[in-house]
Amino acid sequence: MFARLPIIVLSLIVVAVVFAPYIAHYDPIAINLDEIKAAPSLGHPFGTDCKGRDVLARVLYGGRISLGVSFAAALVSLGVGFTAGLLSGYYGGWIDTLLMAVVDLTLAFPSLLLAIGISVVLPPTKFTVMAAIALVGWASFARLIRGQVLKVKEMAYVEAARSLGAGNLRILFVHIFPQCLSLGLVILGIKFSGYILTEASLSFLGLGPQPPTPSWGNMIGENRAYIISEPWMVLFPGLAVAVTALCFNLFGDYMQEKYSSYNDGQRRS
Amino acid sequence: MLVLLLLGITFITFSIVKLLPGDPASGLIGQHADPDDIKRINRALGVDKPFIAQFMGYVALLARGELGRSYYTNRDVLTEIMRKLPNTIYLAAAAMVIAIIGGLALGFAAGLRQGSAVDKICSALSLTGLSLPVFWSGLVLIIIFSLKLRLLPPSGTGGIRFVILPAVALSLPVMASIARITRSSAIETLSMPFVRVLRAKGLKNWRIHYIHLLKSILIPLITVIGLDFASFLNGAVLTETVFGWDGIGRFTVDGILKRDYPVILGCIITGTFIFVVVNALVDVSYQIVDPRVRIVKR
Repeated sequence: MFARLPIIVLSLIVVAVVFAPYIAHYDPIAINLDEIKAAPSLGHPFGTDCKGRDVLARVLYGGRISLGVSFAAALVSLGVGFTAGLLSGYYGGWIDTLLMAVVDLTLAFPSLLLAIGISVVLPPTKFTVMAAIALVGWASFARLIRGQVLKVKEMAYVEAARSLGAGNLRILFVHIFPQCLSLGLVILGIKFSGYILTEASLSFLGLGPQPPTPSWGNMIGENRAYIISEPWMVLFPGLAVAVTALCFNLFGDYMQEKYSSYNDGQRRS
Repeated sequence: MLVLLLLGITFITFSIVKLLPGDPASGLIGQHADPDDIKRINRALGVDKPFIAQFMGYVALLARGELGRSYYTNRDVLTEIMRKLPNTIYLAAAAMVIAIIGGLALGFAAGLRQGSAVDKICSALSLTGLSLPVFWSGLVLIIIFSLKLRLLPPSGTGGIRFVILPAVALSLPVMASIARITRSSAIETLSMPFVRVLRAKGLKNWRIHYIHLLKSILIPLITVIGLDFASFLNGAVLTETVFGWDGIGRFTVDGILKRDYPVILGCIITGTFIFVVVNALVDVSYQIVDPRVRIVKR
């Protein structure tokens, strides 16, 4: 159950978010002064916000940004982390020393503080949030992939490939890379909920996409003042973040159990 | 090693903040102000010098134990941080106490009855704790306990009544990871031969659980607490904003909103320094807890 349920829920969320225009009958951005702060009802299942916009529509469209940003950040982290980890583990020497120094330095920061520092520099858009998450996220991939490479490159089959005349690049990408892929995906499964939470946090602080563009985090930040009288404006986007993150956590747990060779010594946040 | 790391952190933070487009003067007095005024203010703030000179200047400032002055209030950033830091430490300590008590309870409840319904419920609870965005769970706590039940104040800095809600919000993710690590080490330890020997000696179950098990959980627990200290620093930024807590987390956010760079720089550097030092202390404490551990210098 713990394996299938989160996948089903996640698929539902992704489908709902991708097909947002077909599910939500309202424009997520257009202001409708006739229906300000309406409580949840049949017409507006999640109610409306302070500018009369349908909260359900905004949660769905916001999910496009929140999930899209997290996903893009994950891909970039994975790509950069893999490249750094492979090079560092395979070549060793000064490349290794240099790259691992950068990794140590990156991991020395509390992740959100570093992401905040990066987001402050760039104009507040979804790309900024993505860059901030990726610039923090690649480091743990790099370190763990490097460890795996160190182990794999000593194996007999790599030796065999080399004695058959395979070049460094061929060994690296054809023989070693596939052996690191499953580890990379397991780390991704564990880290992804963290990306979603970081995205939400940065948007909440106003460092992400700016209103009226919805994202889960900035909806919470924007409507914080109304929690007393109209809690639904804040409740539903938060619930979206929490449910998505929970599903990814369950999924990551399942993957970790399945590939228990991976030893988790890393922080989650 | 530690000094190098701290210097590197300063360099990175400084470069990030200095990469900013625009100059602080136009932010302070507006872009349409007299260009001469802008130039004068920039010179006064020292931001017209080359990058390296500015960095060396900042390091010199740090070496003197200063963090510069806020662009807006002209107050000394270090003094402000020192005034707000105890509040943040108070909040973090309260959160840590809640997290350890709650985490150990949940973890023991789950780990001692592996596979039971209690185990499943506790594990589900701790995963939920890891998944909640702290700023949102903070808001939900405010709705429930301040607005509906009217038990606790929704915001402000102060005594026990004020600290409970933000501390609970801040503690949830850490409580969850403590519960998980406690559960897995309880399961692992219970399967060890020495536990069987203790049982064979006729030791009561509670003594085995609460004295011997607790001892062997100590090391992973310290690791988690050390690592999760980062999540406290991360969380403090959000929790303090939500609860209007007068600590360095909210100071950081205020600095961000006003683009007050000495404040942002000072807060990030202080936070990271604390984090690095705590991690170093965690390494040292292993030796105290478990004399078999020796730290090998690289």
